[in-house]
Formats: sequence, structure tokens, C-alpha cells
Amino acid sequence: MIIGETPLPSGALGVDVVAMTMRFGGFTALDNVELKVRPGSFHALLGENGAGKSTLVKCIMGYYRATQGGVLVGGREQAIANPKEAHALGLGMVYQHFTLVPAMTVAENLVLARDDVPAVVDWTKEKKLLAAFLSRMPFKVPLDAKVSDISAGERQKCEILKQLYLKRRFLILDEPTSVLTPGEADEVLGMLRAMVVAGDLTILMITHKFREVMAFADDVTILRRGKLAGHGRVADLTPDDMARTMIGAEQLTVQPPRVGEVGEPRLELTKLTALDDAGAIAVHGVSLAVRGGEIVGIAGVSGNGQRQLVEVLAGQREAESGEIHIRGDLYSASRKEMRRHKMSLLPEEPLKNACVGGMSVADNIAFREFDRAPFASGGWWLNRSAFRKDAERKIGLYKIKTRTPDTPISALSGGNVQRAVLARELGGEVEVLIAANPCFGLDFAAVAQIHAEIMAARNRGAAVLLVSEDLDELLELSDRLVVMFHGQLVHEARASEANLTEIGRHMAGH
Amino acid sequence: MADGTIGLWTVPLAVFGGAVRVSTPFLFVSLGECITERSGRINLGLEGTLIMGAMSAYGISYLSGSPWLGVLAAGITGALLGALHAGICSLPRVNDIAVGIALMLFGTGLAFYLGKPLIEPTAARLPAIDFGWWSDVPQVRAALRINVLFLIGVAIAPILFWAFRTTRWGLLIRTAGESSDAARAMGYSVLWIRLRATMAGGFLAGIGGSFLSLFYPGSWNEGLSSGQGITAVALVIFARWNPMLCLWASLAFGGAAALGPALQSVGVTSGYHLFNAAPYILTLAIMIITCSPKRTLTGAPAELSITR
Ligand SMILES: Nc1ncnc2c1ncn2[C@@H]1O[C@H](COP(=O)(O)OP(=O)(O)OP(=O)(O)O)[C@@H](O)[C@H]1O
Ligand SMILES: [Mg+2]
Repeated sequence: MIIGETPLPSGALGVDVVAMTMRFGGFTALDNVELKVRPGSFHALLGENGAGKSTLVKCIMGYYRATQGGVLVGGREQAIANPKEAHALGLGMVYQHFTLVPAMTVAENLVLARDDVPAVVDWTKEKKLLAAFLSRMPFKVPLDAKVSDISAGERQKCEILKQLYLKRRFLILDEPTSVLTPGEADEVLGMLRAMVVAGDLTILMITHKFREVMAFADDVTILRRGKLAGHGRVADLTPDDMARTMIGAEQLTVQPPRVGEVGEPRLELTKLTALDDAGAIAVHGVSLAVRGGEIVGIAGVSGNGQRQLVEVLAGQREAESGEIHIRGDLYSASRKEMRRHKMSLLPEEPLKNACVGGMSVADNIAFREFDRAPFASGGWWLNRSAFRKDAERKIGLYKIKTRTPDTPISALSGGNVQRAVLARELGGEVEVLIAANPCFGLDFAAVAQIHAEIMAARNRGAAVLLVSEDLDELLELSDRLVVMFHGQLVHEARASEANLTEIGRHMAGH
Repeated sequence: MADGTIGLWTVPLAVFGGAVRVSTPFLFVSLGECITERSGRINLGLEGTLIMGAMSAYGISYLSGSPWLGVLAAGITGALLGALHAGICSLPRVNDIAVGIALMLFGTGLAFYLGKPLIEPTAARLPAIDFGWWSDVPQVRAALRINVLFLIGVAIAPILFWAFRTTRWGLLIRTAGESSDAARAMGYSVLWIRLRATMAGGFLAGIGGSFLSLFYPGSWNEGLSSGQGITAVALVIFARWNPMLCLWASLAFGGAAALGPALQSVGVTSGYHLFNAAPYILTLAIMIITCSPKRTLTGAPAELSITR
């Protein structure tokens, strides 16, 4: 800061973005975007997957350097070259993907985030300070636990506490509630809202949930395909107005009604047990049958063995004991068996679990069939034009937003990676479908499409196992609901007769 | 009991003395590699660094007459080679393991080329401290003549262990090694942290090399290193990236390596070559016992190219 310049006003800060453009190579992610966040307000930033929301806030924080445009902090133009400079101005951000160090403890993460980490850390003193800070906060995190050992919800709370500990005056939250239960989300956002009202903090929050916008935000800005599509006061708008502005003239996929008869048991798990990475029991004697034409939903707080269960079904993890049968045949997740039983998988974190990031969209879409006609002759000579043709068809059908079929899949936004996997897994015939948190972090248009596809697969007679942390999604799609707790199935109910309080009770293990 | 007739006690004593001697270069290289790997990079070039260190230490010690200047020179040479590794690795799409292998060959070749004139002369050697003054048994005195570098290495291990937990640099190195996203979000330059960590690693590995030429075996020739640099890199994995475990692993490895010669000295000659292979068999055995396909490698920095 120049000597003699008056310091920034204290309390909540306002931030304006002026004519910001951001290009990644030849692709324009942000095109002349304007954003005005009033000091002491709660501002929501909306947009479809890939609209450029994360890119915009990363440019504000100096994580990316914008191609053009500027940022005003407290009404004054600031050149923010890296996140450290943003921190010095009082700006902070909770990133969409966790930025805590998993192998370190919560306390280490909190201290490390400070801009003035002492050369030698006096842990007794620091822990006392942290404990004093935490005692003033409405929610708790275990200071001495390793981040890798705490639940996703606790991690998110920890990220937010970290920013408050650092006394930020302008806080950006990139989809903070996607890993929180609705109850936790209200708790966290309610506390932040109170700080905003008290004039200590300004918040810019990216979200896909209209409920949160309506309940907590004052103003809203909406992006569409990198351009400013609209802004205004939340009080003057309805969720429907905002949704219209987000998707423009695009049509939402309509979910087909639930039709058809429930058939024979098709996927059967018998006393399945599996370990987690640390060698502890994660799935404990799970027995379950899914019939053709039926969606069975598995509810549960994340970290109760759902991930390991899906990994066993996907062949990513060996079961310790127990058996899986499909149509009465023993199943060990080999490629041959998956093909024979027309098994499809929508794992969570699709970029990590179902794609090769560096390979093209077309190649990723062809993974299931690439070594068979028409993609390969004689099982080894690949026919590139067939890959391309099939990919182009599916890109159109599933509305995958990618520059070309040859773009590496890791360059797509989260929602579009998910759509590409959906195109691969549901593009052909399906008899068994395993889906794990298929809508995590997706915009409502993508959610509508994925829900419609899952329902359509069910109606065509597929046996569907849907693992989700989103209870609303489970209640909407499932025929039958089971609750998983500490690796065991502890409760079962028909979705139409499910009692929410009872399910909540079983999810909490009572 | 008359002097020199301590019977079978010769074996453990010789193993102990051997362990101290043989383990010193392992200790330095593995502690150095431990720093580098905790920052998220693997430097396989430490074999070349070790030999370059040995050569430059010998040369400087010969020219200046001071072995400690030689040790310093070896450290600086190692740090420069580390900077070279980190510099090349900071370019986009460069693989640290491939660069390491190239630097291993480069370092070895360069040392042999520059070291040609050093094979003949004798340089000043590093001192040792006589902890066996109280005894008049020659084997005891021999075993307890402990070189100063070993003692320094033994001190560095707990210091590093402490530093990884309680100093800013330790925390930053771990952050860079566990999550480069997190480091970037905090505004730190990952490349810069790794550059320094690789240089520090090279510095220690260079010192490990100086031990070879200035203490044991204590001369400069082309057969000086028998792969200690590479083995030490494996020791780090085996020690789960923990500096204290690096110390114990180096000692165990050194002790196992000293077993063959020690047994030979009491007349057990059968299976001599088998005993010489003991350290490698030990490493393999422990690796097999401690590894499991169902578990991830505990303690492995998440950003390493082998774990990512
Ligand atoms: N580092 C990058 N290199 C190239 N393209 C990128 C990069 N980061 C983002 N993009 C592209 O920029 C566009 C906007 O991405 P961004 O992550 O900002 O979307 P978003 O609005 O946050 O979406 P989501 O709701 O899925 O998080 C996407 O099309 C994405 O593919
Ligand atoms: Mg985003």
C-alpha cells in the first residue's frame, strides 16, 4: 500500500468487478462481466454448470489472472496478483474443492492458513488461542483430529471457521452447502447471515439451491455461458424468474412418470463385508436385493460405508467376504460380467472414478464399447471416425457442453463430465444401474435430466441402486428406501410411506 | 580374558561398528530425500548427487587441506544439482522420475570426468571421536571410533522430525507435498517450496557423498558408490517418510550390510555372498510384509507422482 493513502474502511467490505474477461487459450470463460457486491450484504451468484462462476471468483481472489478487467475493493481499484494479496485486503474464499490438507490436523490447518505463520510454532499457545476462538463459534470442530478422519460436513465447517478465524471482511463461498445436510446448511448460513447483519462481513455465495438464495441472500447476480445474464434484489424475484434467466431459452427435461411392474430380484448382495483404506470394516454384512423395474435408495450420512459398497460393486475394491449375484450368477465385477449383465455405473466424483482426465471426451464416452464393432475391427484396430460419430450423437443427445469431441474431459465443468458419463453408461441398454450421488454439485437443469434418465431406466425394467446423501432426491426417485449406518443397513421403508423423522433418527444411529 | 580374545563378541561389535559406518551415507541421503519427497517430489538423481558430492569433497579437501571445507563443497554441489532437478521439473509436463534418472547418469558421469585427476592424490580425511578410550580391547576401540558426520546425521533426524511439526517451513513443505491446491489457495508458490526442499535434500545427499570419499572407504575412485543413493530413496518409502524411521532404517540396513564381513572375520566363510545380500533381502522382506493391496501407503505424501 502506498504510504499516506488512507486505509480501507473497517468492517464489511464491498467488492465490484468491472468489465472482466477471462480466456483459457481460445475459450472465453468470462465475457465482459460486471458484478457489484454492496458492503454488508449477502450476495448470491447463480448460473448453470460451466457458466463461469468459479472462474469469476477465482479472478477476484487473484488465483487466476483475468485477461481483462479490474476489481474494486472498498471502492478503490486494486491489482490483486495472487491470493496472498487478496488476503491482505481482507478477502477470503472457501473453494469449491476442499483446500484443507487432509494429512494434517485441524489445528495445523488453521494455523497454517494465517499470513503470518511464526517461524517456530508454539503449539500450546496456538491451541489455547484456537480453543478460545472456537468457544465463541456456534459450531465445533475437533482440533486434534486429522482432516482426513472427519466427515465432509465437518470439513466444510472447518473451512468456514478458518476464514472467520482469519478475520475476513469479504468472504466468497463456492457451493459451500453441497456437502452439508439441509439442517447443517441452515446452521452455517444462519450464523454467517447474522455476521452480515451485524456489519462485520460481506458474503458472496455461489450456489445451485434456490431455497438458500431465497432464505439468506439480499442480492443476486446470474451468469449464463460466461456472460452477465441478470441481477437484482432477491425480494423482487421468484425462483422461477432466476431459473429462466439461468437457462435462457433451453428446455428442461421432463421426468417420466413412474410406470411398469416390479420384476424378479436381479441384483442380490449376501452378507457383503468390505474394508476401508485404513483396513477398518466399512461395509458390515450387507444383504440386499434389488428387483428389475425398481429403484432402491440407500440413505445415510456420508462416511457410513456407502462409498466402499459402491466401490465393491464397481470392481474398485475387493470384498472381504460375502457374495454378489446378478440374475443368480455370481458376480465379481469383471468387464465380461458387466457387459453380459448390462451393468452401468454412475460413481461419485466421476472425473476421478469413471474417466481418464487426459483423454478426449470421445474416448471417454467409448470406454465401455471401444474394443467391439463398430469401434474396433477384429478387437484391436480402432476406428476413430466411429468414435467421433458416436460421441457427436451422444454429445447432442445429452447436451454435453464441450468445445469439440477431442477436448480432454478434464477441461469440462463438473456437470458436463457427469453428463458425458451418463451418456456412456445410459446410452445403451441397461439392466442394472448403480448410481452414487449422481447430482452432486449439479445445476437444476442437469439434475432434472439425470433424474429423468434414472427414472426412464427404471421404467425400462432396470434394477437401480441409488446411493445418495440427498434425502429429497431419494424420496423423489426411490421405490424402496434403506438407511445405512456404520456399514450396516439399519432401516427399510417404502418410499411412499417413508416417515422423515424416523429416517433421520436411523441416519443418526438412534 | 586376554586382549583381543573376546570370542564371539567380535560379531556384534563388528556389526555395530559397521552399521555406524555403512549407515552414514544412507542416513544423509534418506533424510535429504525425505525432505524432498515430503514436498511432493521424488529426486532419483541423488545417486548422482552422492557421487558428485564425494568427488567435490575429495577435491576441495585435497586442495584446501580442510576436510570440513570439502564437506561444505559437497553440500553446495548437492544443492546445485537439486536446484537443477527442481528447475527442470518446474517446466510443464516434465516427470520428476525421468529427470531424476537423467540426473543420476549425468551426476555420475560428470563426477568421473572431473574426478580423473583425483584418483592418485590423498586428501585430508574427516576425524572420528574415540568413545572407546576406556577399553583396551582393540575390537571395542575400533567399533567405538565414531565419525563426526554420523553424529551430525543422528542429530538431524530428530530435528527434522520436530521441524516438520513445529516450524513454518516444515508445515509449508508438508502442505506442498499433501495438496498443491491448498498451498496455492493460501497464496504460496508450490514450485518455489519444492525448489528449496529439493535443494535442501541435495545438500544432505552431497554431504552423504563426502562421507564416502573422506571417511569410509576414504578415497576417491569410480567404484565408490554401490547404489547407496538409490537404496536410500527406497529406504525413505520403507521409513514411511518419517525422519526418525529413516534413522532406524539406515541403521538396520547398515547393520545388515556389516553382517557378512563380521562373520567372515570370525571365520564363517560359507554363504558369504548370501550374507552380503542381507540388506537387500531385509528390505524386500519388510516391504512385502508391510505392503497390502487393500490399503493405501500410509504416510505417503499425496502429491507424489507415485501416489497421485
Ligand atoms: N483452468 C481451465 N482451463 C480451461 N478451461 C477452464 C479452466 N477452468 C475452467 N474452465 C472452463 O471455463 C468454464 C467455466 O468454468 P467454471 O469452473 O467457472 O464453471 P462454474 O460456473 O463454476 O460451474 P460449476 O457449477 O460446475 O462449478 C467451463 O466451461 C470450464 O470448462
Ligand atoms: Mg464452480
